[in-house]
Amino acid sequence: MNILSLAFRNLWYKPLTALLSVLLFALSIGLIALLLNLRAQADDQFDNNLAGINLVVGAKGSPLELVLNSMYHVGYPNGNIPLGKVKAFFNPQHPIVEAAVPLSLGDSYLGYRIVGTTADLIDWYGGVLVEGKAFAKDFEAVVGEEVARKNGLRIGSTFRSSHGIIDEGADRVEHDGEFVVTGVLAASGTVLDQIVLTTNQTYWHSHEAHDAEGGHAGHDHDHAAHDHDHDHAEVTTLMEEDPEKEITSILVRYKNPSSFQALSFPRNINENTDLLAANPAYEISEVRRQFDTGQRLLGVLVVAITIVSALSIFISLFTSLRERRYELALLRVLGAGRPRLFALIVAEGLIVAVIGYGLGILLAHAILTLLAADISGEFRYSLDAWRFLPEEFWLLAGAVLLGLVAAIIPAIQAARTDIGETLTGEG
Amino acid sequence: MLQAQDLSYTYPNGETLRFPDLTCAAGETRLLLGKSGSGKTTLLQLLAGLRSPATGSVEIDGTAVNTLTGSALDRFRGAKVGMVFQTAHFIRSVSIRDNLRLAQSLGGKPVDDRRIEELLTDLDVAHKTHAFPAKLSVGQQQRVAIARAVINQPAVILADEPTSALDDDNALQVLTLLQSQAAAVNAALLIVTHDNRLTSAIANQTTL
Repeated sequence: MNILSLAFRNLWYKPLTALLSVLLFALSIGLIALLLNLRAQADDQFDNNLAGINLVVGAKGSPLELVLNSMYHVGYPNGNIPLGKVKAFFNPQHPIVEAAVPLSLGDSYLGYRIVGTTADLIDWYGGVLVEGKAFAKDFEAVVGEEVARKNGLRIGSTFRSSHGIIDEGADRVEHDGEFVVTGVLAASGTVLDQIVLTTNQTYWHSHEAHDAEGGHAGHDHDHAAHDHDHDHAEVTTLMEEDPEKEITSILVRYKNPSSFQALSFPRNINENTDLLAANPAYEISEVRRQFDTGQRLLGVLVVAITIVSALSIFISLFTSLRERRYELALLRVLGAGRPRLFALIVAEGLIVAVIGYGLGILLAHAILTLLAADISGEFRYSLDAWRFLPEEFWLLAGAVLLGLVAAIIPAIQAARTDIGETLTGEG
Repeated sequence: MLQAQDLSYTYPNGETLRFPDLTCAAGETRLLLGKSGSGKTTLLQLLAGLRSPATGSVEIDGTAVNTLTGSALDRFRGAKVGMVFQTAHFIRSVSIRDNLRLAQSLGGKPVDDRRIEELLTDLDVAHKTHAFPAKLSVGQQQRVAIARAVINQPAVILADEPTSALDDDNALQVLTLLQSQAAAVNAALLIVTHDNRLTSAIANQTTL
């Protein structure tokens, strides 16, 4: 029977009181861990997908939405822009733009977005093909790691796209063109994992085929004709397409992001053209600012819960001292010194704190698991619910400290127990 | 054995009590008698090292108790002094056996389940070994308290009104058990009481 097991038995003797303290403590630790995790994972997602992109150009509308749907593939595209209006961005002689990647958005495969683009996009995000090669012709597709894994796609697999970016199940409107998988990407932790990449021109074909109300045979003919026309459908040839053809947006990297021209470039576009230019770093910092405001509010709540949980340990220990004054005096009669009584009460506080910490961390990650299912359904992001942050281990130190603070006054009180007064009532 | 000389105690309010010298040899039983308020309990506390005397000294088993302080005093008490109170107190959250184990380990002795079992059998409470203290009757509790007082084979057993909460049968039984257990470990037994049922049974008496 050492002090630690005695402390444990004392808590066990009043399980409901101990449970209340443990649960309050778990709630406070759990919320802190949850906030830390959400913050860290959101930061990671934002950072991993910046991909050195300095500017997103698309149709007029909300700059934040443009950034979100073109870079993070969340939400709905603003609208389309004619190719003719953005051709200048692809000119190698452009004074500000180093490189640009065109995006065509709006179709999906079983809820995974299909992005019409050039193979450069893969390099920008640091994607690596585990097998196969990049798409070279229309209706060839490179699929992200998760897309391939969840749907069992491999080189040579074929699938049809559906109109719209949400998987509508049996109601989905399928396009006629059949995609062939030519490459599968390695997991990169970026948005590439969750998208299907193909050429921009594929979008035009599938939509024209749809609009033209052509029969199956007619489509096949189109497809065949296309194959002849565009053996090398890449950016250079995209530029030769009809300027009236539409894409959704372009991603731009600057030659020198800190140059004066680069800094005023977005404003020039916004004021002088009917295009929208959005600076992703700025838009994301706005999102983070919103996030921070929310987090500060939650932070106040968490501080309140933490104080209450510490108080709960303090109060339950303090009231138990009153009930247990005979026991404490008895322990001293039996040979336990004052330091031991102090240690006993501190141990009781610490046990509550440590169990509360354990439960709290479990709680946080259980909630993250639930959120992960939700988020990957809604936003196409995978959340790693059981990744532990170094901060969570620091939280243990915080929990121990809090338990100590809550227990210290009752422990001092216990150590001061006067045996004489307590055990021998009569003088 | 126990020896107290020239003891006096000053209460926080300045009132000073002087106590007669006391000797209680190993194996001997002595009654400490006195009216309410005569300071019997204070004397007991001085003897157990629970309070510090203003003057005088207490010697238990060759050690001057007054020279010990802090945890050393607590350890000494755990090893050498067994105490029985008017009401038996236990650690409520652990079983009778664990209460006795606790007494052994706090007294600096190895945990010895055989000794615990023998004592509880001797005192006729063996069937309560695994029970929680609250499940025992008052008489049973007092018997377990005696077991706890003698378990570390102390030099001195100090009993503070051990029988006054008990009926006649139990009171005599507890006295007999206290004496026989004290004799078994060859301890000096000092009983503070105003219980008349005991005065007729024990000859060695000191009155305050």
